[in-house]
Amino acid sequence: MLKIDNLQATVADKPILKGLSLQINAGEIHAIMGPNGAGKSTLGYTLGGRPGYEVTGGSVDFDRQDLLALEPYERAAAGLFLGFQYPVEIPGVSNLQFLREALNAQRKVHGEEPLSGAAFIKLAKEQAGLLRFDMDMLKRPVNVGFSGGEKKRAEMVQMGILAPKLAILDETDSGLDIDALRIVGEGINAIMRKPDKAVLLITHYQRLLDYVQPDFVHVLAGGRIVKSGGPELALQLESEGYEAVAA
Amino acid sequence: MSAALALPTRKDEAFRYADLAALAPLWPVAVQEIRVAAGETGALAITANADAAEAREIVITLDEGASFDLRVLNAGHGYGRIAVTAVLGKGASFHFGAAQLGGGDQTLEIVTEVRHMAPDAVSRQVVRSVLGGHATGTYLGRVHVARGAIGTDGEQSIRAMLLERTATANARPELEIYADDVKCAHGCAVGELDPMGLFYLQSRGLPPGEAKKLMLHAFIAEAFVGAPEAEGLTETALAALEGLL
Repeated sequence: MLKIDNLQATVADKPILKGLSLQINAGEIHAIMGPNGAGKSTLGYTLGGRPGYEVTGGSVDFDRQDLLALEPYERAAAGLFLGFQYPVEIPGVSNLQFLREALNAQRKVHGEEPLSGAAFIKLAKEQAGLLRFDMDMLKRPVNVGFSGGEKKRAEMVQMGILAPKLAILDETDSGLDIDALRIVGEGINAIMRKPDKAVLLITHYQRLLDYVQPDFVHVLAGGRIVKSGGPELALQLESEGYEAVAA
Repeated sequence: MSAALALPTRKDEAFRYADLAALAPLWPVAVQEIRVAAGETGALAITANADAAEAREIVITLDEGASFDLRVLNAGHGYGRIAVTAVLGKGASFHFGAAQLGGGDQTLEIVTEVRHMAPDAVSRQVVRSVLGGHATGTYLGRVHVARGAIGTDGEQSIRAMLLERTATANARPELEIYADDVKCAHGCAVGELDPMGLFYLQSRGLPPGEAKKLMLHAFIAEAFVGAPEAEGLTETALAALEGLL
């Protein structure tokens, strides 16, 4: 589904990704762990197409398309979802309005009719219910006044509504208390653990992986993947630290 | 008499940024006078969206305890000037919400003078400008609090969004206070759309134009919150916005 080959990227002319390669197949859940400054968030933003994250080499194939040639909205329509470490507040724009427009924009790219208001509300209710997220909060402006945990749950509701093929979730576990962590973990499993979908979890800690068990764990350091393994690698990292494992 | 009819010059503060060449054929501008009797309520919504230059001058007098809600959409295709003077009696309440949208080499301006003449009057001004191309959008707003007008509560919230760096926004909120025990606040900001917000919306599937429109829609809507005609004004503003993006 996703094939990253020797990806190099700079931010403000500073090289961050230095030849990162990774393949994710449908039905798989991968976790990328790594110390601060390793390039984890840069990987997410580069794949999402954030302005200022400049690709200087390598290639990314997503579902037989050149991902790097697509605009951010085209990447979304192609089935990519980027979960933000710090979800952005958009004053005055309600979650429901935003998500309905976003979903219909994606449908338009696929030549599908826009979803009716009633059908959209039904979908939103289902997905909010899954994350135990109050529908009234979806009527409020995007992320404005939400707590850290609410923002992360709201992102998972977005993911449920937009139904991507591949979710790249950047520290979705940060800012979550134990209960919220479990709800979010179950949400990820319910929405994304399917034979035709895949997930890339970017995280510092093992704790999210207790709920969303990865098939593969990678260690990112110095802008490339320095070690890959199964779920046991995350446990080893947790007990021994990055330096010992990645050295 | 000739003095009153003479075209103002740029030395006149209220016309400092005016497009005088466009104003000349419209001069002198007829004054629209509105008076709201004690305890009464009034409202007016003005949409200026003609192809030709437009200039309006409105003087509103609010007697004791009267209130008035004035909303303005300044989004014509030529020069657009709207000048408002509000004279507030004891305990009167004046709400002014305005949006102006311009592009090309247009000049748009909103000039207000709110005079708190007696105690306990309240004034609220919200002005939102969206400017593209080489357009100039100006807000000049003076809040005058007369001697003895204690308990005055005046607020100005002025924001401008530049779609391109070639556009110009002038914002000058002014307070002139001759009384003690008054509450007057103004906030003023000129900026661009938050790039992170735009990326966030695009990352969910909105094309760049749609993402901008959604954010600008919210920005403009702030001027019309609570107005009886809020929906109509916002819709007309959105149509004008289409032409700018």
